[in-house]
Amino acid sequence: MTLEIALQSVVSGLMFGGVIGLVAVGVSLIWGIMDLINFAYGEYLMWSMYLTFFLWAGLGIEPILTVPITAVVLFGAGVLTYRSVIRPVLRGPIFAQILSTFGLLVLLRYTAWLLFRPDDRQAQSALATSVVVLGGLRVSGGELVAFAGSLVATTALFAFLAYTKTGKALRALAQDREAALALGIEPDRLYALAWGLSTAAAGVAGALVSSFMYVNPLVGDVFLLPAFAAVALGGFGNVYGAVAGGLVIGVVNVTGGTLTMPKVKLALVYLVFVGVLFMRPKGLWGR
Amino acid sequence: MLLTVGDVHATYGRFDVLRGISVGVAAGEIVAVLGPNGAGKSTLLKAIAGFLPPRQGSIRLSDEEIAGLRPSALLRKGVVYVMQRSSVFPKLTILENLEMGAYIRPSSPEVKADIDRVLGLFPQLAGRRHQRAEGLSGGERRMLEIGRALLLHPKVLLLDEPTMGLAPLVADLIFEKILELRAAGTTVLMVEQNARLALEVSDRAYVLEQGQVRVEGRGQELLTSDAVRRAYLGGAAPR
Ligand SMILES: Nc1ncnc2c1ncn2[C@@H]1O[C@H](COP(=O)(O)OP(=O)(O)O)[C@@H](O)[C@H]1O
Ligand SMILES: [Mg+2]
Repeated sequence: MTLEIALQSVVSGLMFGGVIGLVAVGVSLIWGIMDLINFAYGEYLMWSMYLTFFLWAGLGIEPILTVPITAVVLFGAGVLTYRSVIRPVLRGPIFAQILSTFGLLVLLRYTAWLLFRPDDRQAQSALATSVVVLGGLRVSGGELVAFAGSLVATTALFAFLAYTKTGKALRALAQDREAALALGIEPDRLYALAWGLSTAAAGVAGALVSSFMYVNPLVGDVFLLPAFAAVALGGFGNVYGAVAGGLVIGVVNVTGGTLTMPKVKLALVYLVFVGVLFMRPKGLWGR
Repeated sequence: MLLTVGDVHATYGRFDVLRGISVGVAAGEIVAVLGPNGAGKSTLLKAIAGFLPPRQGSIRLSDEEIAGLRPSALLRKGVVYVMQRSSVFPKLTILENLEMGAYIRPSSPEVKADIDRVLGLFPQLAGRRHQRAEGLSGGERRMLEIGRALLLHPKVLLLDEPTMGLAPLVADLIFEKILELRAAGTTVLMVEQNARLALEVSDRAYVLEQGQVRVEGRGQELLTSDAVRRAYLGGAAPR
């Protein structure tokens, strides 16, 4: 184990961490606005990867260029999910809400299993094999593009939340639902929008990683646990913290895996997750 | 009457909290609702504001029945509600809070002008418009909440304990603002704990007890009525 390999893995971890940051923002958005954990979030990402794969396999579209398509399709899927599954259980007990997104996880995962079998598939892209040398360290072109794309998407989402009237209303709703209602800010349309934005983020992430990652029906797990850990690190519901949490978790995930064994990297992530909750139940940057 | 509440019953669960309440507010009036804790004062405002649709009875705005409408529909008709607890959005700036006051209005130069006008009304807020509302004092929060409500051009402004927990000088300031609003044509129905002060500024008042109206009358009359004084104002009237 040389220093160079370690440094190499840190860079690679940061690249992956950028993507985890985007995924964590998607999870955090729904948690922050609706107090709801979407256990099925990784499955939306998995479906986005399949969409990218088939767009490549069927129409020859370069994976990275499918980003707008997966974003729009997954946005629609999120709105549809909210209207058909989530809205009816919002008035129910918290247990019904947890079960509903867990049920979605099972449904989305095993529908993919049934349709696509548990085989690994990957779109072929010149990006995947290209290498960029940054200050003596080698970075895969695909990872670099995924990192940059994730940052762009995250920034766009933050700008929307910070500067548009609808974005401000989403934040107001997250902070005080009753006060929002008293000003005519109706939750229903905004909840649907939040779901659409959240799953669109999964859509973008899925397309971005498709040039260098295999897709199979279980791939959502690769993202979900690290994203949860990033959300905890960032302070639950704090979308800005989630990005920072994503970068940390990315490094723990990749560098931890390199320094020990690849098989234990999720365990390391989980350890950080539990450790943070143990020390600071509201998250490292929680309020 | 601009606002007429007729024989309204409302309930949270099994027991009626409002048991046949009738209240009227004429255009341009300030009407106070007094009464002990738990009398149903807040519930009355919630029922009018659309947060707790009445089980029975009518609520009319001019001649239109408005009982059971959603808060967003009521806002558009000019019924605007400031709740008892603090309801500023803590992580939004003062300016953003005001923008949310105008949420149902399409963005326009008029909205901008209205926000400037509200900031002019509350100079304490104007200089700090880009700070988060979480840094405001209790009195400043109240001003922001009232300012936010004004952006909806209320016909009837429902205020639930606007001076709760405020220092006397700050409470006086809030009451001054309420008088200014009335002078500008806003009708006010407010719940108050501070009965003496409330009766001084209001034209008429209702005293609630256990979900019913016990006494009603002109502010000055109630202030000097022995029965009201003993029961609700605590002690003798100042001579
Ligand atoms: N959300 C609620 N659920 C159940 N009971 C409530 C609720 N809010 C108020 N109450 C009850 O209704 C009664 C009237 O409350 P409220 O209108 O808040 O009184 P006031 O504002 O006059 O102090 C009280 O007995 C209170 O305990
Ligand atoms: Mg009350």
